[in-house]
Amino acid sequence: MRGRFPLDPSARPLSAGRMLAYTIQRVFQSAIVLLVVGLVAFSMFRFVGDPIDNMLGQERTMEDVERLRAQLGLDQPFVVQYYKFLEGAVQGNFGVSFRQGRPVSEILLERAPATLELAAVSALLAISLGIALGVFTAIRRNGFGANVIMSASLIGVSLPTFLIGILLIYLFSVKLGWLPSFGRGDTVDIGSWTTGFLTSSGLRALILPSITLGLYQMTLIMRLVRSEMLEVLRQDYIRFARARGLRERAVNFRHALKNTLVPVITVTGLQLGSIIAFAIITETVFQWPGVGLLFINAIQFVDIPVMAAYLMLISVMFVGINLIVDMLYFAIDPRLRVDRTGGH
Amino acid sequence: MTTPTLSIQNLTVDIPTRHGILRPVQNVSYDIAPGEILGVVGESGAGKSMAGNAVIGLLNPPAHIASGEIHLNGIRIDHLQGDEMRRLRGKQIGMVFQDPLTSLNPLLRIGDQLTETMLAHLDISQSEARQRAIAALEEVGIPGAAERVDSYPHAFSGGMRQRVVIALALCAEPSLIIADEPTTALDVSVQAQIIALLKKLCRERGTAVMLITHDMGVIAEAADRVAVMYAGQLAELGPVREVLTAPLHPYTDGLMGSTPLASRGKDRLHQIPGAMPRLDSLPQGCAFHPRCPRTEADCKVSPGPQLIDGAACLHPIAREDVA
Ligand SMILES: Nc1ncnc2c1ncn2[C@@H]1O[C@H](COP(=O)(O)OP(=O)(O)OP(=O)(O)O)[C@@H](O)[C@H]1O
Ligand SMILES: [Mg+2]
Repeated sequence: MRGRFPLDPSARPLSAGRMLAYTIQRVFQSAIVLLVVGLVAFSMFRFVGDPIDNMLGQERTMEDVERLRAQLGLDQPFVVQYYKFLEGAVQGNFGVSFRQGRPVSEILLERAPATLELAAVSALLAISLGIALGVFTAIRRNGFGANVIMSASLIGVSLPTFLIGILLIYLFSVKLGWLPSFGRGDTVDIGSWTTGFLTSSGLRALILPSITLGLYQMTLIMRLVRSEMLEVLRQDYIRFARARGLRERAVNFRHALKNTLVPVITVTGLQLGSIIAFAIITETVFQWPGVGLLFINAIQFVDIPVMAAYLMLISVMFVGINLIVDMLYFAIDPRLRVDRTGGH
Repeated sequence: MTTPTLSIQNLTVDIPTRHGILRPVQNVSYDIAPGEILGVVGESGAGKSMAGNAVIGLLNPPAHIASGEIHLNGIRIDHLQGDEMRRLRGKQIGMVFQDPLTSLNPLLRIGDQLTETMLAHLDISQSEARQRAIAALEEVGIPGAAERVDSYPHAFSGGMRQRVVIALALCAEPSLIIADEPTTALDVSVQAQIIALLKKLCRERGTAVMLITHDMGVIAEAADRVAVMYAGQLAELGPVREVLTAPLHPYTDGLMGSTPLASRGKDRLHQIPGAMPRLDSLPQGCAFHPRCPRTEADCKVSPGPQLIDGAACLHPIAREDVA
């Protein structure tokens, strides 16, 4: 079986045919994963609680209950409900929110920009700082600064996200009063996309949540980059690059960094997926009006369509990112690409 | 007499550890003349690579040159630091490593690895560097160099990669090449080709070569002189014919005996009894005496004589002893 890191130097380059087969196989695997996640999500929520209880108040009649049940399709067999769910999901139709009485897809689309903008800023922060600090701590392996950063990163990894969020709010909002503690600030509509990037209050509102959300990923990426880079710096081709009299800069950035990034891509890719998933906590702490907060509110209300749609969305994202990451290997690593110059 | 390309005098390398100082290279002296190939042999751990790394300034800390001098073309280089030493590497001293599969950066085209090396040392343009890269590949016998210059290392076989490595080591025209077991990782069938290529290129350019190897066949084929190392010290130094056919040092004799070498006319393959001592437990006197068939009382007390030429042995094998 092919490993996830087909980096063995003796590995045969993939032919075009094998690469196509590999791609198809991966897409197929992804579809199965999504089906299973869909089933789990759907059946789990089916038994979490009765939405009817929440939707109708104390003064309800049996007729009301039955009518609503039929209207929502909850009276049909489980398999039929799942099939309908899948059928709709493929077309982007996740039904109508029990709570808001509007199509779930509409609600999600409305909320998506807030989460995506937050996640994008966090990811950018995590990747750029993570790589920069990882490289720094690897090159200055025993330096004072590197040791301080490494120790600090332990704190970043071990503190729970919500605590970081609360600490930041306490310091920068409550004590210093520099930054807002909740919400998105002013937003601007561009078509159906509401953005906080274009107003200063929107940008200021992004700072604390994106640090909160990105910090954990940043420390992970940094530690990963550091350990990968230390490994790469031990390789023969780095010694050889030094023996050829290349400048330290070229050795570190041209030779070592590029090789470091190959395995880092996978983990980073998956981290990006989890940034969106983890956004639930950050969005709750900062009352950020994104899909995570929507999900939390949906749980309180047993709003099954919203919860199911959210879970499906997250898994599609994970699977999609995974797929893209695998394909990125081909772009970065020539050994995996179709060999144009011929073999041995 | 012309200035030797490389002159090592009383080189000692130390590795400070928690349990004391280890000395992987101790008081080693030898010269290599322009165009000369000096073979360096010895058991694994004898300090051959350490000595080579010390010359090119690539000792891994905490290993460092503790004493002695290294001169390159008459200029002292052992105390050079940082950028001064970097400028020497590749430009004055080229290096070829053992494993061509891991010596080349897998993510960079070989042409780019060649041009980056030349641009680091020579004042030439990008396009000229590329022309020279193609010429360098042609010189080391890569067919279709003009097309293959844009290939990645994985597209080459082990032997071809070692040719690329040699091209890289030679591309800035250094006066000294340190080849650390350049054929050990290769198929037997291509070993001879690589050695022949190295020999030819260095002869043509008058490049001095420090050829580190375990393979007496390689020594016999390529070297002009041989330095035999044992436990960090030089045991014997001399012209290749003399050392191979009529060794003075009992260790060299044992080393020859344990390698099948048709020209020596010995049919048996014997092993030197025992193992080379660890650096932290070197015996008193001559480091080889516990394993030596010719040990006498004084060997346990005093080390062999300081070696200039010949053997560092108190009781060397007389040349007449060997038929
Ligand atoms: N960091 C270190 N700490 C302690 N001892 C070391 C260290 N690095 C190398 N040595 C020792 O230094 C000695 C010399 O090593 P060197 O690599 O020069 O041997 P060599 O002659 O090249 O052997 P080989 O033929 O296996 O390549 C060895 O005994 C090795 O164990
Ligand atoms: Mg060695």
